[in-house]
Amino acid sequence: MTEVKLLVKGLADQHGRTMESLLPILQGIVHQQQHISEDAMVEVARELDISAAQVYGTATFYSFLHTKPLGKYVIRVCKTITCMMHGKNQVIQELETVLKVKLGETTHDGKFTLLETNCLGQCHKGPAMLINDEPYTELTPEKVRSIIMKYKQQEISAN
Amino acid sequence: MKKNLQRLDLIFKNEHDTEAILRKTLDRSHDEVINDLISSGLKGRGGAGFPTGLKWKLAAEAQAEQKYVICNADEGEPGTFKDREILSSVPHKVLTGMAVCANIIGSTKGFIYLRSEYKFLKPQLLSVIDEFHKLLEVLNINFKVDIFMGSGAYICGEESALFESMEGKRGEPRNKPPFPTDFGYMGEPTVINNVETLAHTYSILKYGADKFKDLGIQDSRGSKVFSVSGDTPNPGIYELEFGMSLQKFVDDFGDGDSKAVQVGGASGFCVPRKKFVKTVIGYQGKLRGTSLPTGGSMMIFNSSRSMYNVLHNYLDFFVEESCGQCTPCRVGTQQLLLGIQAVKKGEQPSSYLDKLLVLAEAMRVTSKCGLGQSVANSFSSIVENFKEEMIY
Repeated sequence: MTEVKLLVKGLADQHGRTMESLLPILQGIVHQQQHISEDAMVEVARELDISAAQVYGTATFYSFLHTKPLGKYVIRVCKTITCMMHGKNQVIQELETVLKVKLGETTHDGKFTLLETNCLGQCHKGPAMLINDEPYTELTPEKVRSIIMKYKQQEISAN
Repeated sequence: MKKNLQRLDLIFKNEHDTEAILRKTLDRSHDEVINDLISSGLKGRGGAGFPTGLKWKLAAEAQAEQKYVICNADEGEPGTFKDREILSSVPHKVLTGMAVCANIIGSTKGFIYLRSEYKFLKPQLLSVIDEFHKLLEVLNINFKVDIFMGSGAYICGEESALFESMEGKRGEPRNKPPFPTDFGYMGEPTVINNVETLAHTYSILKYGADKFKDLGIQDSRGSKVFSVSGDTPNPGIYELEFGMSLQKFVDDFGDGDSKAVQVGGASGFCVPRKKFVKTVIGYQGKLRGTSLPTGGSMMIFNSSRSMYNVLHNYLDFFVEESCGQCTPCRVGTQQLLLGIQAVKKGEQPSSYLDKLLVLAEAMRVTSKCGLGQSVANSFSSIVENFKEEMIY
């Protein structure tokens, strides 16, 4: 069995094979592989005995489910009004400089993807961002630089 | 009647009487508890303001084998963050409310639909739920709560879109009626309440309906948790008595230079300085003309802010978050955005704004759900009150 087949089967065993399990399964795939490939969608359809189009429809509706490959760490900077008022653009500029990518891109080593997102519910502590599930608030350019350095350091020591 | 409205600390009060409340409530008849909730005047704190007691009553009367209780923690309205705080500091109050509701309507299964932006809360929440399940077992209450994670879609805060999402589908709202109390999750009778609403039921069950009713004014009873952000020296979460005038609010929270307050987030209303005095925060907006309901989002803008940029940001938000199912909302949001850009650039005359206002009204009348219907709230209130800023 291929890796994706094994992953999807494992998730279906864990969450069940009814329609109510579809979102948890897709979330599980994203958790492991950062995105849902076409192969994965076809595999989910087979496991749940539904059409691949149905899986595709759900997979492409939600902003936290991606169908294109993303980096290991997905950075989502809140772009909604109060974060914008408190310096979201400077935060993004700094991230672009530190990571050497533009908004929407992934670093060459496949480690970081830089995205914007809608309101993170941290408006009183803006600007805010998520790195995968972890929230970071009251950001300044200096602060994001040190956060990214910490992640890079972590990656180096992991290898 | 003039009342001195004040800050409160009910919701976040550190109290742990879940067991006592459940025991007390189990001894009472279901009708008694429902009548208590109805007479307390508690209305949905997500923003729509449906009477909570009535919702429970309708679900209790519905005939079905399986019923569900769902806590809506898909807090996505820009400027709102109170539910995150409630779930992280007093989750047991929310769970208590859910268990009482389940007992009354005859449900054994509950869910917390948690937005993916709040996934970091999940481990802690799961351990609280574990403890809670143990207590329910002791009390011989057959009710289990699961967390269902959202995946980043504002529209899933709309209850029927939330059900669709839980059923594995795209989060596209359903036609109403039927309402959730008849046909909710999996087509079964479902009570879906906002996080804060459920936490309030804890206070009502503990302190009694009268105590709750004493707070607030007229149709807006009890207290409300507000999320305050923007140009304020004191951003944060505050519990205030319902019915406060916006002037008082700005006096307390503004930076001395507030030119507008957005009440209710991107889908709410923008109130300019000259209307602060006669605007009251509460339900029944249509009837009294000057009162505004809100899910609790209060964003303050001072005179350094461009209201064009604010509106542009809201419209960007709606263009992305419209589910695309119905044409008025899908096309309307995009056209409103293109429209204000064209006026700003001088490609369209300023009178074009009037056409856009008509379009916004058409969206209010013809959109399928609250998202498309409420775009006109912020659009019209900003364009009408800050017309010069849209043009120059």
